[in-house]
Amino acid sequence: MGAVGRIAFYVLVVLIFAYLLFPILIVIPLSFSSGKYLTFPPPGFSLQWYVNFFTRSAWTDSAWLSIWVGLLVTVLSTLLGTPAAIGLVRGNFVGKRLVNALILSPVIVPGIIVAIGLYFAYASYGLVGRPLALVLGHTALAVPFVVINVSSTLYGVDRRLEYAALSLGASPWATFRQVTLPLIRPGIFAGAVFAFITSFDELLVALFLSGTTAVTLPRRMWEQIRFDIDPTLASVSTLLITITTSLMVGAELLRRRSERLRTAQIGR
Amino acid sequence: MLSRRSSLGASAARLPSGSLLAAPLVVYLLVFYAYPVLLMLSRSVYEKGWTLQVFAKLLRDVVFWRVMQITGTISLIVTIVCLVLAYPVALFLARCKQSTANLLIILVLIPFWTSILVRTYAWMVLLGRRGIINNLLVDTGLIDHPLTLLNTRLAVCVAMVHVLLPFMVLPIYSTLKSLDWRLIRAAEGLGARPLAVFREVLLPLSLPGISAGCILVFTLAIGFYITPALVGGPGDLMISILIGNQVNILDWPPAAAMAVVLLVVVLIIFAGFTRIMRIEKIFQGQR
Repeated sequence: MGAVGRIAFYVLVVLIFAYLLFPILIVIPLSFSSGKYLTFPPPGFSLQWYVNFFTRSAWTDSAWLSIWVGLLVTVLSTLLGTPAAIGLVRGNFVGKRLVNALILSPVIVPGIIVAIGLYFAYASYGLVGRPLALVLGHTALAVPFVVINVSSTLYGVDRRLEYAALSLGASPWATFRQVTLPLIRPGIFAGAVFAFITSFDELLVALFLSGTTAVTLPRRMWEQIRFDIDPTLASVSTLLITITTSLMVGAELLRRRSERLRTAQIGR
Repeated sequence: MLSRRSSLGASAARLPSGSLLAAPLVVYLLVFYAYPVLLMLSRSVYEKGWTLQVFAKLLRDVVFWRVMQITGTISLIVTIVCLVLAYPVALFLARCKQSTANLLIILVLIPFWTSILVRTYAWMVLLGRRGIINNLLVDTGLIDHPLTLLNTRLAVCVAMVHVLLPFMVLPIYSTLKSLDWRLIRAAEGLGARPLAVFREVLLPLSLPGISAGCILVFTLAIGFYITPALVGGPGDLMISILIGNQVNILDWPPAAAMAVVLLVVVLIIFAGFTRIMRIEKIFQGQR
């Protein structure tokens, strides 16, 4: 590539990154605006939209509900997904491909189909409008990310370490607890983070299962957006961006650290 | 003692039993996810007896076909634009230092994991009639009256590409990363012009990533609901929204029939993906 072509290429890449990040970043200054409307640049600094968020129970109740549902989904999908990932990676059984397809399918099946399917069935159990319905539904959507992350770390575990423990007389359970588990912990942690984010951000299932009594934060935002895109939404968005980004970066740093430690140990 | 150890070793080679470990999750998914969805889908062919009436009626429905056409058009545009934008980014990531690439991939992944609602809201703020872009254009005197940007096809495509771009970048990046770059250098060394190198060598070699990315983006695009519902106009009614509207008036049979059609289309297209790449690769910690 010539010098001109190279520069043009770099400019193009920078522009595409700007397109990816700019709309997310623009929301942050808007949330601190002292103005009444969404004007840019904001006329001055104010925390009024955050005060608005934190003092209205409609917003805070939804936020708490989303956090609780998210935490329960995280626990449930980690407890179900981790053993399943181990079984899929280490085991060999009839129908393994089918099981794998079932577990990963919520990623591909259009959200609306899952949402109305759950609505159809859960309504007859009287679950609509109850947080339990959201926990049950979100877990199905979150569990693929647990299985994917745990499997990928499990593939990287040196099996000779497990054989060594077993040959020294450790029981399979002790081997798992003391050898395998510490090695796959970063994968479990990353999976848990993604499970939480999946549930915390989920809207379509909530749209049909929330009713009027279990309104999650995304559901509240959806109603507000359709009514008026006021700057309170910018403050909620900023909070969500901060939470998601710090969780993501945290999981990523942890993964890289464990990778370094692992390769360092093998190298020694 | 010795025999006990070796039997332990043998049993551990296939830890308790794979199927047993996966069983709780499989049962969970069958009860709380697969069964509800299949039960709902069955409403398209069963109501006090088996019938194909619902499908027969659906296939004659003009609105349904119109919405399918809109959905297909939008998804196709979004896929093509994603490809054009993602390729340079993936190429750049594959060619720069690993530490830089790791950092930039986090930048690609942040929008990926940011709530779709937040991203769509941001576009509404940018594109609205009194939005940032219109204000900027009016203030600088480029236009006299604000443009209608929101609730248009353009808005739907811009916002959907923004949401789906990471799904295109990641598979192409992973293909380019594992490429034998000596082939490119060889072509250059033999005097091929940059464009020829790209067309004759680089592009064919990146085809697996390109096709995987296109299939993934297209299948995800045809199922979109939130973004077109918020930034689209009446002419941008996509199939998911139509299904949702039908459910909201509790008219289940046509909703279920449309869901069957949508699901079959998605599964057929996605079957192509599984031949190229494992879906897990997209969602793992990227390298």
